[in-house]
Amino acid sequence: MGCTILSKSLPAPEYAERFIDEIEKSNVTVLTGAMVLDVLPDKSVLAIHPQHGYMQLQGAAVVLAMGCRERTRGAIGIPGSRPAGVFTAGAAQLYMNIEGYQVGKRAVILGSGDIGLIMARRMTLEGAKVLGVYELMPYSGGLARNIVQCLDDYDIPLHLSHTITEIRGDKRVEQVVVQKVDENRTPIAGTEEVIDCDTVLLSVGLIPENELSRHAGIAIDPRTSGPAVYENMETSIPGIFACGNVAHVHDLVDFVTAESQRAGKAAAVYCQTGSPSSQSATQLQAGNGIGYTVPQKIRPDRVEKSVEVFFRVNQVFKNVQIEVRSGDALIAKFKREHMAPGEMEKITLPAVLLNKINSQTATIAIAKEGAK
Amino acid sequence: MKELICIVCPKGCHLKIDEENGFAVTGNACEKGPVYAVKELTNPTRVVTSTVRIQGAEIPRMPVKTDGDIPKDKIFAAMQLLNGVTLQAPVRVGTVIVPNILGTGKNFVATRSLGKIE
Repeated sequence: MGCTILSKSLPAPEYAERFIDEIEKSNVTVLTGAMVLDVLPDKSVLAIHPQHGYMQLQGAAVVLAMGCRERTRGAIGIPGSRPAGVFTAGAAQLYMNIEGYQVGKRAVILGSGDIGLIMARRMTLEGAKVLGVYELMPYSGGLARNIVQCLDDYDIPLHLSHTITEIRGDKRVEQVVVQKVDENRTPIAGTEEVIDCDTVLLSVGLIPENELSRHAGIAIDPRTSGPAVYENMETSIPGIFACGNVAHVHDLVDFVTAESQRAGKAAAVYCQTGSPSSQSATQLQAGNGIGYTVPQKIRPDRVEKSVEVFFRVNQVFKNVQIEVRSGDALIAKFKREHMAPGEMEKITLPAVLLNKINSQTATIAIAKEGAK
Repeated sequence: MKELICIVCPKGCHLKIDEENGFAVTGNACEKGPVYAVKELTNPTRVVTSTVRIQGAEIPRMPVKTDGDIPKDKIFAAMQLLNGVTLQAPVRVGTVIVPNILGTGKNFVATRSLGKIE
């Protein structure tokens, strides 16, 4: 659901259609069904297309918007047999919402990402029994509102600090074994529970799709698995920009839209003026409690009014203060009543404050003291 | 004191509602919070999204939603109304698919435009 950009709450297809209509009215050439094979550092793009065949395009600027992909059973290595009926939540969403198949009748969901939570509701509404959502971490990976409106509304239990330790079945999934895990996420012997089911949905994380970026030689931030970007979403290669889930995984489409508009605008400016070499960039560092920041680097002289910094915390926090420090100087502070890893946070740093940063780095951190 | 997580927008405010003092709400970041909280504790409602069959389009399902929130206890009955529906392409976004769901005055409407495939 998108909310703020169009100031109206819209389901995904309706939200997308607004932008599809807009681009169809513009003079932008859109090639659907094309596949990009390579992006080169000189901003040329090699692609194939059903009608045009092999294409070599020379960009003045390139915006990377490849999105992300789902982590699979193979990525998390669930032991057991390999029957049909194990789906990533997004694949099940495609089968159900676009192709019109019922993916299963008795489902267990591993992981509490937003797509898994939304599929718990979808499957329930379509007549399936969702037996429970099992989350390895001691907190949910999805938005609090999705726990309420997708699980609580339908009495679907959420089991934190649990995981699936075995999938059983010959042709189709027949059973799973779930187990409680300790603080090191190791399954605890003796807590095994066997559940009869025919379907397992995996909602265990998303990975930014950066094979093209890596091959182009773009610097990747290991914390986001996306390109490290400047305040205008420019990557380490001048004139190549990145936005949306390819840069870092978002929860809300509105932030993707805003970020993409920023990248698009910056690419247009680059085409007209080139990238003026900036004197200095401030490296943003993720301090106590912060998993990552986007952007990773800010060129204060390129910031007009302010810059929005997005980040995720790496544990649940209540009533804390976010501090931005450069050396010993406290540049800015922000209060938050509640923060969780499943909910992306943002702070806005005005240009006047950025100009106070006189070192090469600034650290964003959760203040250790001051928590009530 | 009741505690609720607001679901009006993705911010997910943690609301506290004082039922003994006229449902006074705290913890809300906007004016929609108290409205949601009172409704949730007296007559909870939801917007429902689903899909219906469509023929002659590039995909076999048309996504639909209720064009307003309907009482929570009518959700499953509302879903039943969609089972017998088969649309013929083309259908424009916003087209009413099922009018006046169970007398609520709310309709199921299409949330996507699907053209006719030749």
